[in-house]
This record gives sequence, C-alpha cells and structure tokens, in this order.
Amino acid sequence: MISIFQNYGGALLYGLGQTLLCSIIALVFALIIGSGFAILEVVPNKFFRVIAKIYIEVFRNIPLLVITMFFYVVIPMYIVEISGFVSGTIGLILYSSAFIAETVRSGIQSVDPGQMEGARSTGLSFWQSMRYIVLPQAFRYVIPPLGNQFINLVKNSSVLAFVAGFDLMYQGNVIASDSLQSMSTYLCVGVLYLILTLPLSYYMRYLEKKLA
Amino acid sequence: MLTILGAYSWINIRFLLEGAWVTILVSVLSIILSYIFGLILGVIRYVQIKYVSAIVGFLIDIIRNLPLILIIFFTYFGLPNIGFKPDPIWASVIAMAVFESAMVAEIVRAGINSIPVGQMEGARSTGMSYWQALRYIILPQAVKNMIPAIVSQFISLVKDTSLATIIVLPDLMNHAQIIYGQNTNYTIPMFLALAVMYFIVCYSLSLLSQYLEHRIGSSKKGADEAEIVAQEAQR
Repeated sequence: MISIFQNYGGALLYGLGQTLLCSIIALVFALIIGSGFAILEVVPNKFFRVIAKIYIEVFRNIPLLVITMFFYVVIPMYIVEISGFVSGTIGLILYSSAFIAETVRSGIQSVDPGQMEGARSTGLSFWQSMRYIVLPQAFRYVIPPLGNQFINLVKNSSVLAFVAGFDLMYQGNVIASDSLQSMSTYLCVGVLYLILTLPLSYYMRYLEKKLA
Repeated sequence: MLTILGAYSWINIRFLLEGAWVTILVSVLSIILSYIFGLILGVIRYVQIKYVSAIVGFLIDIIRNLPLILIIFFTYFGLPNIGFKPDPIWASVIAMAVFESAMVAEIVRAGINSIPVGQMEGARSTGMSYWQALRYIILPQAVKNMIPAIVSQFISLVKDTSLATIIVLPDLMNHAQIIYGQNTNYTIPMFLALAVMYFIVCYSLSLLSQYLEHRIGSSKKGADEAEIVAQEAQR
C-alpha cells in the first residue's frame, strides 16, 4: 500500500481533488435546484406541485449511471461536445437535486403550519413568509440530513469513473492496471474516500445529537 | 423514424429483457443476503457485546462511507490477488450484499432504538430472558417501524445494480449499451427504454413503501416512528 502512495501519490491526489471539486460544484447546484423544487412542492398552486413531484420522482427512480451515461453519450452525439467531467457532474446534480428536494421538503413540512399562518396574518405575502419565517427554521432541521446527502454525493461522484472524469475512482483503475496490484490500490483509494466521508459522517452524527 | 422504431424490434426487446432478468436476479439475491446479514449485524451493534459490537459498528461505518463502485471493483479485481476469483454475477452479489448489509444494519439499529425502553423492562419483568424479550417483544415492533426505510434502501439497491456493468455483468444497462454500441441510431431509444424499465421497477417499489407506511401509520404515531427510523438510519 505504501509503495502505491509513493509511486502514484500525485495521480491519487489529483483524483482526490477532482472528486472534491465535482462534489462541491454538484452540491451547490443541487442545493439550489433541490430547494427550488422543494418550495414548488409546497406552494398552493397545484400545477407547480405536480411539476415538482414529476421531476423528483423521475430523477429519484432512475439510476445515476443511466442519467450520467445519457449526458456522456447522447448529448455530445446530437448537441454539444462536453467532457466526461462535465457530463458526470451534470448527472450528479440532477440525481442529487431530487434527493435534496425531498430532504428540504420534509424540513419545510416539519415547521409548524402555525408559523406560516401567523406570518400570513401579519400581512406578509406567501413568498415573504416562506423566505423570512419558514425557510430559516426549516434549514436548521435539514442541516444534518443535508450533510448526509453531501456524503452520498461524494460517494456517488465515483460514477465519474465510467465517463473518464479523472476522479479518484478513475485514477484508481488506471493505477490498478498499471501497477498490477489491484488489491492494495483499491485499499488506498478506499482510505482516501474515507478521509473525505468518515469525519463528515461523524460530525453530522454529533451535530444531530446536539440539535435534538 | 423507421430506424428509430427498429430499436424496439423483438430481438432487441428480448435481449433487454434478458438483461432485466439478470438485474432482477442480482437484486433479489442481494436483497435476501443483505436483509439476513443486516438484521444480524444491526442486532449485534445494538446489544453491546464487549469489543465485538464496537468493531462491528466501526466496520459498518467504514463500509457505509465507501462508494459502492469501489467495493464492486475490489471484489472483482482485488480479491483475485489473494486467490479468490468470483464470476461477475457472484462478484456483484457479494459486493452489493456487503454494502447493503451495512446500510440495513444501521436501519435495524435505528429501528430497535425507536422502541421505548419500557418494552424491554416490561418483558424482562414478566420473566423473559434478554434474548427472548429481544426476539418476541422488541424485534417484531422494530421491524414494523423499519419496513419503509428498508424498502427505500432496496430501491436504491435495484438502481445500484446498474453500476455492476463496469465488471461486465450482463444486466439491463450492459445489454442496452451493447445494442446502441452496434447501431448509434438506437442510442436515444435505448436510454428511453432503460429509464422506463428502471422507473417502473423502482417507482412501484416506492409506491409499495408508501402503502406500507400508510398501513403502519393508520395511527399517526406509527407513521412518525417509521419516519424517525428512516432519518436516524441515515446518520
């Protein structure tokens, strides 16, 4: 294992960086899109609710790999040339945003409906009460589950290995076939993934205990 | 237009269905294995056997925090280094079972934790042993609360079987790739077919989970407990 780190340390670190980069970009966009659809799911207008519901159910029930491969294979074929990294990240954003939307929605619904009614009765509009009263309270509830979604996102970013996204998993495969030491290479890759996910997972557990 | 419709010729559909069969086979085998091992591991983690529970807990945390793709690679390409060489189907079943048992174990632990301590105390005070109380009083109630979370875990298992195409498991994803690899006109129809087929399987499972949640939650309390278990298991 140590020899793998010595010989291929640079490649592994590059992969780690790409994994982290892709996860953070995907998290930011998925958070924006996901929160948007979560709010659409609770607005009074039925049409918007149905649209949000369809979006969420579709992307929750199709494998991430199918979404990612679609952007890797079909989009360059018909529309525009995009790299593996970009198509992987887009797939990751769409897939995660559906899960984040569900998380945020359950956060919004865990806020006492009285809060919304109270805000409305003081003369705030629906959007104002959403923005200033409900969402700030909802986000407090959803921080630990969102952390778990981020951990899932980091793990799911390994799908970039399928589309030549040069992430940690991809580098791992390259190194495994180059060094012919598959087992120790994958152990190294596993250690690097754990460095990203395990502290975050324990921190979220701690945070959840503190908030409860 | 005709070329695109040709994608859904009987030969191609049959080829896809063969892939779907492998997907279902691998899913069902992994579901059974991961349910059994998850239950055992979750109980071990709960009952606090000295050292054993701590070690099992740590291993579960490690496996839960690794990407499934890595575990699949490790099983298929890594294990032959120490002389164990499974074929693609068994490699994916083993990898999925290892990963999902860790996930299920966490749900089981959360489920047992959701049962009030008084139940155990009451059972013990009627003269049951610790294991009898666990077996006849705690677990039946816990399993009831766990069902929705476990079903949604199995939904992600079905989706995750697609990752095993990378070790050339002849599943739905792999067969679709073979078809559009031979004729690029079939790419979009094949992705459509993939999306529809996975969606039908996963969405009906998720309807099942909602139905079970509804049945359990004929009392509001039951629904709340199931919800708490689902959230707690993610930690």
